[in-house]
Amino acid sequence: MSPPYSEACPSVKNILLLDSDGKRVAVKYFSDDWPTNAAKEAFERVVFTKTQKTNARTEAEIAMFENYIVVYKFVQDLHFFVTGGDDENELILATVLTAFFDSVGALLRGNVDKREALENLDLILLCIDEIVDGGIILETDPNVIAGKVASNSIDSNAPLSEQTLTQAFATAREHFTRSLLK
Amino acid sequence: MAQPLVKKDDDRDDEAEYSPFLGIEKGAVLQEARVFNDPQLDARRCSQVITKLLYLLNQGDTFTKIEATEVFFAVTKLFQSRDLGLRRMVYLIIKELSPSSDEVIIVTSSLMKDMNSKTDMYRANAIRVLCRITDGTLLTQIERYLKQAIVDKNPVVASAALVSGIHLLQTNPEIVKRWSNEVQEAVQSRAPLVQFHALALLHQIRQNDRLAVSKLVTSLMRGTVRSPLAQCLLIRYTSQVIWESGNNTQSGDRPFYDFLESCLRHKSEMVIFEAARAITELNGVTSRELTPAITVLQLFLSSSKPVLRFAAVRTLNKVAMKHPMAITNCNIDMESLISDQNRSIATLAITTLLKTGNESSVDRLMKQITNFMSDIADEFKIVVVEAIRSLCLKFPLKYRSLMNFLSNILREEGGFDYKKAIVDSIVILIRDIPDAKESGLLHLCEFIEDCEFTYLSTQILHFLGVEGPKTSDPSKYIRYIYNRVHLENATVRASAVSTLAKFGAAVDELKPRIFVLLRRCVFDSDDEVRDRATLYQNTLGGDGSVVETDKDVKDFLFGSFDVPLVNLETSLKNYEPSEEPFDINAVPRESSAPVELTEAETEYAVNVVKHIFDKHVVFQYNCTNTIPEQLLEDVIVIVDASEAEEFSEVFSKPLRSLPYDSPRQTFVAFEKPEGLATVGKFSNILKFIVKEVDPSTGEAEEDSVEDEYQLEDLDVVAADYILKVGVSNFRNAWESLGDDFERVDEYGLGPRESLAEAVNAVINLLGMQPCEGTEVVPPNSRSHTCLLSGVYIGNIKVLVRLSFGLDGPKDVAMKLAVRSEDESVSDAIHEIVGSG
Repeated sequence: MSPPYSEACPSVKNILLLDSDGKRVAVKYFSDDWPTNAAKEAFERVVFTKTQKTNARTEAEIAMFENYIVVYKFVQDLHFFVTGGDDENELILATVLTAFFDSVGALLRGNVDKREALENLDLILLCIDEIVDGGIILETDPNVIAGKVASNSIDSNAPLSEQTLTQAFATAREHFTRSLLK
Repeated sequence: MAQPLVKKDDDRDDEAEYSPFLGIEKGAVLQEARVFNDPQLDARRCSQVITKLLYLLNQGDTFTKIEATEVFFAVTKLFQSRDLGLRRMVYLIIKELSPSSDEVIIVTSSLMKDMNSKTDMYRANAIRVLCRITDGTLLTQIERYLKQAIVDKNPVVASAALVSGIHLLQTNPEIVKRWSNEVQEAVQSRAPLVQFHALALLHQIRQNDRLAVSKLVTSLMRGTVRSPLAQCLLIRYTSQVIWESGNNTQSGDRPFYDFLESCLRHKSEMVIFEAARAITELNGVTSRELTPAITVLQLFLSSSKPVLRFAAVRTLNKVAMKHPMAITNCNIDMESLISDQNRSIATLAITTLLKTGNESSVDRLMKQITNFMSDIADEFKIVVVEAIRSLCLKFPLKYRSLMNFLSNILREEGGFDYKKAIVDSIVILIRDIPDAKESGLLHLCEFIEDCEFTYLSTQILHFLGVEGPKTSDPSKYIRYIYNRVHLENATVRASAVSTLAKFGAAVDELKPRIFVLLRRCVFDSDDEVRDRATLYQNTLGGDGSVVETDKDVKDFLFGSFDVPLVNLETSLKNYEPSEEPFDINAVPRESSAPVELTEAETEYAVNVVKHIFDKHVVFQYNCTNTIPEQLLEDVIVIVDASEAEEFSEVFSKPLRSLPYDSPRQTFVAFEKPEGLATVGKFSNILKFIVKEVDPSTGEAEEDSVEDEYQLEDLDVVAADYILKVGVSNFRNAWESLGDDFERVDEYGLGPRESLAEAVNAVINLLGMQPCEGTEVVPPNSRSHTCLLSGVYIGNIKVLVRLSFGLDGPKDVAMKLAVRSEDESVSDAIHEIVGSG
């Protein structure tokens, strides 16, 4: 006989960020429950259609499908989901969702929509990477997560000489072009 | 990324559809990846290309082996850059590409350098990447650094090493176990998440050492746990320790309960909930222990956060199954949740109320549910229907309002699974509550008037045929049944014809009317419908031919079918049309599952299927030749029945040839005393002629050698003579068999692994059909009752009631009560158990 309930470490099965049509913005699966891309897409479709009509904009919402617990929250045209097993403590999953939702909000400086998310996809992917590692929760504080992701400066230990003139020039040109486009 | 990755199309004015990855193509991105090889690296550009690659992978695109290898090698060049942002992306893509072990070597030295870097971010990420892609041999090289990292003063580095340790423990346990000292030190860390990761790893390292886990738990309870996640872990480990220490509740307070209870006052909701859930799941929890946990869950029910409400109501729903009285205080909060926006919460609230409600609240509850049903999905409706079914069985006096509710929702829109759940529920209520029968049958009749599901129509027609004739006015059902013959597809029409025949056979005054109807069916366009109509006319004596005796007719129409359908199917397939009619008595009454007579992976693989007939037993040996260089001929099994005295061999059918890897059968038939469950032991030798085969041409040589091969012994046991036949209502069947031939005795089964294991062993020994799901033993039970049913050789019905109890820590005691239609059969069942 097995002990009364899961004695294992809390675990996250996937983190999904979909748009308002249910299409992928960024997803990360940590479990083998969905071995193929088709299985993953099918799961995303079910999760999306069964939650799309709910109002998950002020408080995180929760639902159960096919023996998975899914917590979710929407903003603009973005749908955030975190999935766990049906034995998982719902509030732990909700904490992970908050970590994801709030750190993305901080990284996109409050401008949270699909376009902004795609233009900063590198930040979103790094953000997921800092929250969960192979299903195990790595960090839950949104400020710490955003801080780790945003530290994109040049390595302070690198000698100045390695920043070539070309690189500096390229950066300057980029800034200039951007200001012209505005 | 400041710049769009793909140039915006000037003609596009549909701003909403804009995406930086619009029109992205794998081939083009792979071309772009050549910038990784530039002597002067442009870090920003490289980051953008990596993002594009990751985007493709994220969208489900895949790289071929060659493409992945090329990208991987190019990416390794990027370690030259000191750009932090680029390095982060490099780590990310290496993990996504999951390089093979011979490729890993290329990045090992770069990653090891990063592991020893002064930059914390490098160290943490290099550890995570390296541990993800490494294998055992490399791990011993970096072990020293990992041990250091575990106690690194930077929490991000320590967590990276600890989490990697948790993953590596699955593949390289012996190495990770050597890190215990460092991990133990990390458990004392002041950084909350380091403590969480260290605790998780330490527990996994020690989980098989109960004493060590118990010590770990005790010491942490006294110390400081800084992170709510670590506190949740501690609660999980504590309940494991409590569970393993067994039931000491009689002797006073449960060890560690106070700790769980104190966690109910923790400042983090996550911890409070974890503790409350742990208490409700304690083995044999008392109502005094439950109360504080229920109180905090009740508070959660009125929280503004849906997640909290869901978690609480889901836990209380589980509690309601075992301790419905414990949560009656929450009923008012539950009722207000019926209107919750979140339909999962509402459904859980309703089903909880249905479990805890009392008889007087049923009507009010049903009114609330009716409003609720219209706006939830089918999957939730099924849950509600099942809860209502059990409520009705609990309060049979309330059947009227519950049956009305079921018939109302049966008329509404819904998919197959939902409708089936309703029909199943009505059928169960009709069977178990006699007063509900007439109204229930009429509801079903109305449903089939407008039912789009063939399966449900035929199921209901069959059920009507059995139950309808026994009602006070069977004639009122005829109209509904005959309507089917006009309005439905062939399957339903055929089924309706059979149902009509049943009414004709069971109710004499209806017979003439049924004949008229059956005669009309003979002109149906479908073969099966016409055949059935003709058959039943003859059976009932409608066309003036010889009328079979009344008993024969009823046996034919209502009797149970005592030949397994799979056996009938096989026999029918093997029947070749000839003058000789198909003989249903030649279908084996029972066939065993194949019994292996050889070890796995031997030269010749043989298993046997035992076919049981009234006077005979036939062994079907399924033989496979696993040697490509051999052809076997004249294969036969020589059976020695000296330990099976009452059996005599009557026939054997050798196998002409047995080529490599194509299974074929040889048969041996024995005669045995008719109608008796004769048992015996048979030893078997496989005899054959071997010819060498040239594997290249597949041609066999002329020379041949006789050879034989010893097989395992084979037993024919009493269980082989029992047919697994279930009954729908065990209690009724048990009562109607009566106690004339009841035999009761008690047995000690000795120490057993668990109650469930003991129950399974007895079920397998008897080879009977478990009824009403009683083969499942709920976890933590101290006693269990299992109901079995079967048909013994000679077509004798047997029912068995097994009561198991734990006697001491492991010893299982069992009371066996048998009822059957024959004294000797009841005794035979006891003999099987006594000798088994």
